[in-house]
Amino acid sequence: MTDFVNASLREIAAALAQKKISSVELTTLFLDRIEQLNPTLNAFITVDRDKALAAAHAADAKLGAGGAATLTGIPLAHKDIFCAEGWRTTCGSKMLADFVAPYDAHVVERLNAAGMVPLGKCNMDEFAMGSSNETSFFGPVKNPWNPACVPGGSSGGSAAAVAARLAPAATGTDTGGSIRQPAALCGLTGLKPTYGVVSRYGMIAFASSLDQGGPMAKSAEDCALLLGAMAGFDPRDSTSLERPAEDYCRDLDKPLQGLRIGLPREFFGAGMDAGVRAAVDAALAEYRKLGATTVEVSLPNSGLSVPAYYVIAPAEASSNLSRFDGVRYGHRAADYADLDDMYAKSRAEGFGAEVKRRILIGTYVLSHGYYDAYYLKAQKVRRLIAADFQEAFKSCDVIAGPTAPSVAFKFGAKSADPVQMYLSDIYTIAVNLAGLPGMSIPCGFDKDLPVGLQLVAPWFGEARMLNVAHRYQLVTDWHARMPAEPAA
Amino acid sequence: MSQWEVVIGLETHVQLQTKSKIFSGASTAFGAEPNRQACAVDIALPGVLPVLNREAVVCAIKFGLAVGANIAPRSVFARKNYFYPDLPKGYQISQFEIPVVAGGGLTIRVGETEKFVHLTRAHLEEDAGKSLHEDFHGKTGIDLNRAGTPLLEIVTEPDMRSSAEAVAYAKALHSLVTWIGICDGNMQEGSFRCDANVSVRKPGGPLGTRREIKNLNSFRFLQQAIDYEIQWQIAEIEEGRKIQQATVLFDPDTGETRAMRSKEDAHDYRYFPDPDLLPLEIQPEWIAAVKAGLPELPQAMQQRFQASYGLSAYDAATLAATRDSARFYEDALAVAGKDNAKLCANWVMGELAARLNRDEKEIAASPVSAAQLAGMIRRIADGTLSSKLAKEVFDALWNGDGKDADAIIEVRGLRQVSDASAIEPIIDEVLAANPKSVEEFRTGKEKAFNALVGQVMKASKGKANPQQVNDLLRKKLSA
Repeated sequence: MTDFVNASLREIAAALAQKKISSVELTTLFLDRIEQLNPTLNAFITVDRDKALAAAHAADAKLGAGGAATLTGIPLAHKDIFCAEGWRTTCGSKMLADFVAPYDAHVVERLNAAGMVPLGKCNMDEFAMGSSNETSFFGPVKNPWNPACVPGGSSGGSAAAVAARLAPAATGTDTGGSIRQPAALCGLTGLKPTYGVVSRYGMIAFASSLDQGGPMAKSAEDCALLLGAMAGFDPRDSTSLERPAEDYCRDLDKPLQGLRIGLPREFFGAGMDAGVRAAVDAALAEYRKLGATTVEVSLPNSGLSVPAYYVIAPAEASSNLSRFDGVRYGHRAADYADLDDMYAKSRAEGFGAEVKRRILIGTYVLSHGYYDAYYLKAQKVRRLIAADFQEAFKSCDVIAGPTAPSVAFKFGAKSADPVQMYLSDIYTIAVNLAGLPGMSIPCGFDKDLPVGLQLVAPWFGEARMLNVAHRYQLVTDWHARMPAEPAA
Repeated sequence: MSQWEVVIGLETHVQLQTKSKIFSGASTAFGAEPNRQACAVDIALPGVLPVLNREAVVCAIKFGLAVGANIAPRSVFARKNYFYPDLPKGYQISQFEIPVVAGGGLTIRVGETEKFVHLTRAHLEEDAGKSLHEDFHGKTGIDLNRAGTPLLEIVTEPDMRSSAEAVAYAKALHSLVTWIGICDGNMQEGSFRCDANVSVRKPGGPLGTRREIKNLNSFRFLQQAIDYEIQWQIAEIEEGRKIQQATVLFDPDTGETRAMRSKEDAHDYRYFPDPDLLPLEIQPEWIAAVKAGLPELPQAMQQRFQASYGLSAYDAATLAATRDSARFYEDALAVAGKDNAKLCANWVMGELAARLNRDEKEIAASPVSAAQLAGMIRRIADGTLSSKLAKEVFDALWNGDGKDADAIIEVRGLRQVSDASAIEPIIDEVLAANPKSVEEFRTGKEKAFNALVGQVMKASKGKANPQQVNDLLRKKLSA
């Protein structure tokens, strides 16, 4: 049975098709692992054995009937930011601790339609605001590689769940690095698509112009399969792009001869740990062996990406989170004097410190008299950053660099200093601001913790980017390593 | 009073007649049970997103074309952020910096004076829900059926100088938006609501501080509220106080306005472009297609009525006050013939309008159809019916006692007698029976002549052609 714990999605799919295992058996296997390991890891907020097994039975019926889609019967975990009908959907917040979603997010709908079996909902930083999973109302997630360390965030529960093999794959969302950074810190492959490729309908909004859902899994090939199921036009999301469906696996095996990898000068300066640097350099050497060339490129405005992001994202968040007012659903204070008091108390009690900080920042930068100096200025910077990437892609096919400046850090190491925490996403944020596809793949270890290599492609370059990742994974085994099982 | 000049600008919220809401698929029909027409998007569940209703944009384009405004090739939806229980998202989606319609205007008429009221802009936005304060024992109920109903907010320049002008503008706007079919115009149900910005100043001086009267949903309230506000502002200033910028409410029971909030506690709405919606792009081809489907507009129609049918400006304006009335008139004319344009106009604006008014019926539901009225008018024109007989025919048509004028004339024998050989014996009888009147007439009393005409008409049971009776009687008396 342990074969299946480590198996790729294609291997699992083949076993299901050949009836070597049923979806119910497979689902039970992962549910049992969750039961055994989740109390230590805290990767899941909600697990529903009955719902999961019901879905598994339905998948087995489809498999029995023949002609089922590739992913039919394969379990997965959802970040608890995706609404799933009949499932508690908390977004990691006390505000929604008891909120049961009455509808499916587009991503959930698509993956259900693909026959996948939802195991449960994964822990996350509250409203996706955090890089360490320490802001969750449901407690921090432990990094399976070292339980004293953070798993990254905000999709830290999804990352830990897949890394510890509690699920074969998971969904995540990425606003400033929330798929790629935890993928890096937990030794996974995670992909943030081009903005607009995956519908945001039913994905609880943090920063609408930056949020994008994507897959987190053990390999580029797994991500390609999952992305194919998740992506697609959705008329309920006005920012969803109407494009023909893509087979993201189509170019996986293409040789890398002639590939030009751009190395942004700004991503290889001070700030990156030496161990991270060494792993990234080794990966680049591997790529040269595979026939790629590396060229130095420049993203001159990338130094402004963190400040611009911390104006735009909180501005949008301050407005997006206004609906959590205790009137229609969500947490409402028990006692209040009047309407204003009800708002103030409900929100003061329902939101954690980091969420409040960002609502305050966002409210401030949108205020009369500050809007031009902050919000408008940040939007201009955003356009400059996007233009930098366009310029860089004239001389390269993909961009590579570190995903995060360091490996997973200890709990509490950065939580006292928000700016230090924000700098965890220094390499990932610019990609969101530019709306580009990016991914993180495991490329080595530092201090016995995984290091991630970030790849960034031009708009809609997912297939090429996955090809670049897959060829590397054919000649390396970083992605196949799994952490030692922690004591239950 | 005359030493003060009044300055008024209006902001009108026009509810657009779309089947579904501006950003969701829920129905916009009025009067459903609370919260039965509020979908996931309207109640702002976590994760839901807005999608713009194309029909709402079509309405905005129609309006822009009808008032000769610019239709922005690219406009932007913005979020207006504030907390209120009937505002589910905590922000209203509206347009701020770049509205869909800019400029244009409307011609209004007060008495004999025409005036052009300039529009600043018109923008698309969503309505909020309703807070229900009764029946909840100290609590407030929220009905989100109205949340997300599409609105076009139409803003004028401060061009109006009296409450009469403001009402004339509101009426002209009301007529236009119902004419082009973008609004049902139902003011009781809130489909058309005005906010009035009112200030006073010394003529030629700088603009005074304005106060905004909110949510006026009848023309009468609009007039009363503005009149009260003007008096109040003048009294304040004359007593040495300054007007403070404020939002005020009009109380129809007292006829007074009272301040709701002052400038100091005005919201900072923190407008910013809604990242969930792309900019609204309107290509010239779309505008052209909407234009092709636009009905003839009231002013063009009035001019055509004057030029083609020889009607006065007043008649043309009255007939073209609504599309239904204009349609009725032109339908009647198609049967009666253009030569009878004035006669048709008189009947539509006279007898027909009076009856409709008496029975509280709309012209579209008139018991007398345009074709029936026209058939009757043809019989007036060809001399078959006198106007008196015509009224009897009209009564019969109104009551449904006959399928058309000819049938009624036939059955009731209402044909006018214009044959001299039939009228003369009657005249002779009347003259013989009324020697006193004949005598009086001969001594110069014109009144006696009218009495004789009356007798002849009576004796003919009203069927004699009155003109002919006149002529023959005069001839006989002067013989």
